[in-house]
Amino acid sequence: MSDALHIQPEVGTSHGAHHDEHHVHHHKETFITKYIFSQDHKTIGKQFLITGIIWAIIGGLFSVLFRLQLGFPDQTFPILETFFGKWAEGGRIKPEFYYALVTMHGTVLVFFVLTAGLSGTFANLLIPLQVGARDMASPLMNMLSYWFFFMASVVMIASMFIQTGPAAGGWTVYPPLSALGEASIGSKAGMDMWIIAMALFVVSQLLAGLNYVSTILNMRTKGMSMTRLPLTVWALFFTAVLGILSFPVLLSGLILLLFDRNLGTSFYLSDIYIGGQALPNEGGSAILFQHLFWFLGHPEVYIILLPAMGMVSEVLSVNSRKPIFGYMAMLGSMFAICILAFLVWAHHMFVTGLNPFLGSVFVLLTLLIAVPSAIKVFNWLTTLWRGNIRFTPAALFGIGFVSLFISGGLTGIFLGNSTIDIHLHDTMFVVAHFHIVMGVASFFGMFAGVYHWFPKMYGRYMNNTLGYIHFWVTMIGAYLIFWPIHYQGLAGMPRRYLDKSVWVNFSQFHELDKMITVVSIIVFAVQLMFVFNFFYSIFKGRKVTTQNPWGATTLEWTTPINPGHGNWTGEIPEVHRWAYDYGKDGREFIPQTEPVGANESKH
Amino acid sequence: MQTFFIIAILVLGFLITFQIAKASEYVAVIRGEEKSRKQTNKINAFLLLLFLIVGLIGVWYCNDRLAGKILKIGEASSDHGILVDRMLKYTLIATGVVFVITQGLLFWYSFKYQESDKRKAYYFPHDNKLELIWTVVPAIVLTVLVGFGIVYWYRITGPAPKEAMIVEITGSQFKWEYRYPGADKELGKKYYKKINPEEQNPLGQIWEDEFNHDDVYTSGQDEPLHLVVNRPVKLIINAKDVIHDVGLAHFRLKMDAVPGTPTTMWFTPTKTTEQMKKETGNPDFVYEISCDQMCGAGHTSMRGTIVVETQEAYDQWFASKKSQYAMMLEAKNPPAADSAGAKPAAPAADTVKGLAQLK
Ligand code: HEM
Ligand SMILES: [Cu+2]
Ligand SMILES: [Cu+2]
Repeated sequence: MSDALHIQPEVGTSHGAHHDEHHVHHHKETFITKYIFSQDHKTIGKQFLITGIIWAIIGGLFSVLFRLQLGFPDQTFPILETFFGKWAEGGRIKPEFYYALVTMHGTVLVFFVLTAGLSGTFANLLIPLQVGARDMASPLMNMLSYWFFFMASVVMIASMFIQTGPAAGGWTVYPPLSALGEASIGSKAGMDMWIIAMALFVVSQLLAGLNYVSTILNMRTKGMSMTRLPLTVWALFFTAVLGILSFPVLLSGLILLLFDRNLGTSFYLSDIYIGGQALPNEGGSAILFQHLFWFLGHPEVYIILLPAMGMVSEVLSVNSRKPIFGYMAMLGSMFAICILAFLVWAHHMFVTGLNPFLGSVFVLLTLLIAVPSAIKVFNWLTTLWRGNIRFTPAALFGIGFVSLFISGGLTGIFLGNSTIDIHLHDTMFVVAHFHIVMGVASFFGMFAGVYHWFPKMYGRYMNNTLGYIHFWVTMIGAYLIFWPIHYQGLAGMPRRYLDKSVWVNFSQFHELDKMITVVSIIVFAVQLMFVFNFFYSIFKGRKVTTQNPWGATTLEWTTPINPGHGNWTGEIPEVHRWAYDYGKDGREFIPQTEPVGANESKH
Repeated sequence: MQTFFIIAILVLGFLITFQIAKASEYVAVIRGEEKSRKQTNKINAFLLLLFLIVGLIGVWYCNDRLAGKILKIGEASSDHGILVDRMLKYTLIATGVVFVITQGLLFWYSFKYQESDKRKAYYFPHDNKLELIWTVVPAIVLTVLVGFGIVYWYRITGPAPKEAMIVEITGSQFKWEYRYPGADKELGKKYYKKINPEEQNPLGQIWEDEFNHDDVYTSGQDEPLHLVVNRPVKLIINAKDVIHDVGLAHFRLKMDAVPGTPTTMWFTPTKTTEQMKKETGNPDFVYEISCDQMCGAGHTSMRGTIVVETQEAYDQWFASKKSQYAMMLEAKNPPAADSAGAKPAAPAADTVKGLAQLK
């Protein structure tokens, strides 16, 4: 990993300049301070990205493994036994192992990849560069946030190697299942480690989030008013706010769970008879945990989605050579999403015995959140309208994102309506919904970001042809995999079912399951190709020769091709206009740093 | 072997792709980057349009292939299910229209406004009227959907009719158990610490509570849950260990089973099992209870079944059942020992004795 970072050549002048006029790093930079315990936001961003990539490979591989078993239930795969021993005796994945894989897949991708890997990467990389700051408000906290994430990763990985295996109660870890070792082998030591890893993760998120917010509020360059910020920065700002307000609630919920598990408390436990014995706990509420979990859980899905939305807005605007349509509406809708995200959590709990009146309030609020979502979609469409669109790989992923967001947002309208949710809750329909709208869409946002800002990160381009193949296979594959899964849900097929053969009403999808598995393997392979392209291009990619390869207006493209710590060699440029003057007054684009001309038209 | 074969093919495919990709970069440099970029742009624009067309056909094809395998919308087997289906249909229509329009525009614009030397992008940063329209129109459509949704939701979750029959269903790893109130139409009290399967008390009934004396217990592993067609039923849902969920796909209903917090759900089954066998053309058709909440390693196999039958058939079946209380007493004083005993006791006295022994 450090090798990968190593190639970034230092721009000599930048280094000198920043020593003259800046406070940090009077000591000599060593390999360790520069690449490992680095406080440079760009390096930390890369650390998040590369760790995220490694996690994505692990999490993705898990899904391929259990898809194998789902697609070919009556075949054995001796290779599985080779790797997993007793967990896959005879080459067949045991149910305990299936649930462990599903749980790790969900946890890893939701938290470690699409939260840390996504906003960790781009908040770090883009916030200082786009607001015009030399680094984060607190580079030290920033570094700590990565290392807490790293420790969380170590604990989570370690949990996969213990005798009783990792947590296996689903990424939502509902107690009592997750609280009682008797209930599931994954609820033994693996669950404690899961909680510890997540606690470290929450610390990492809080350190990061507070830093992002204070940087955006305090460290903008001269002239960079809040409404001149690019939408990426706004999106990352809202993301950080959501995280700061909701992660502590998850942490409190998990600590109570830890108490119930180890100290004999009864926060979530009541009236339990298990393994031939009645437990002493009385008076707890299993549903309380779900309230605490989803109070984070729902904002979490927007924590994952908003950065993608921000980057897609930026990428689509740059590549259609047009301003983003409805900047203020985009802002307003992100703000509305942020507020509403805290008021809809119980839509995950319509059938837990929730008071029906309360349920109806949550239906109303949930469907309200579809309005800002719709606004965003129409604004993206209008951004493309009458543009002059360049289909870079980033732009294609941006367009793919919008398509997926439409598809998955619309199925949200089914689920948000409690009447329909009674039927579809916890079926494969939900799986299809959130994979499309959150999983794949956010990945698309992330890919758009990586392809678009790779030149800024490494001073080189990624290979375009591989990029196009990556896009098309992933786009087609995502729909082939997840679209038909809606139908399984409409057949009533519950989610998290391993073997459907005993069921009269859910065993009619053999062929489909096979097709889905085959496509997932192909899509996974293509992601590996992307990873290859990424690392190969760090070293061997075509070199960037101009400062502003995409013809973009924002500040990161005013830095040297390979910016050093401190970003700008001279003074930080002053900003005179918003970030979206593309195609104005017959000009291709007008950088934010250019003063407004005397007879420039207003908008 | 097969696995290695597949991996080998993938690796090979990858190597070839990579070589082509690298070569194309060189070719681009030789032919002039700008020119080849423009050409790639055209190809991608065309592919986007193609994706739209093939995609929409694919949506139709997928539906054609799979529509026969799902639950027929509008043919739910319960009164509440009909409401769910209706809501589903309205939502499907509304979202379907939006889906086609927005996806159509997305890919059509992408194709139509692909880069061209002849066109300049149109500087169009905002338009209050347009933005107002697409705030208000979705809001109205959603309000209508919410309106229907909430009305139906209240109907479904409202209080059960008085004449509803009551059945208790209890989930535990990984089975379902049922309890029917006897002639008194009321279930006796339970306490989880009284659970003792060896002593014929699998649910923890409190025998001192007389309402328990005629309650009938059956295990989902031995027989299905019996319901009466066209008669409302109120399920009282419990769990013993972890959270489960009573999933009734054909009735379009489900409700969590939460240890410590009983939940309820009521509905009226409208089609007998026999009728469904004919309707689905499947002689093996049964209504299934699926556990829909992940509950541990055996979650997948936590299966119960239901028969929906006529009142006569139900009465006949129920008459053949003994109360759990009687079973418990029998286990305590095996009938053989009883008859060998000195004085044959009247049934009422027997009850009292049984209770006395329990204390
Ligand atoms: C139009 C807006 C949306 C609405 C109305 C909506 C509604 C819902 C509802 C009601 C559920 C619960 C379904 C159930 O468990 O029965 C759900 C699940 C979920 N949604 Fe959405 N959703 C929307 C958009 C999104 C977005 C934008 C994301 C992510 C970025 C997202 C991610 C998820 C996830 C991850 C779950 C499943 C969680 C789990 O149970 O494991 N949704 N959605
Ligand atoms: Cu939600
Ligand atoms: Cu279950």
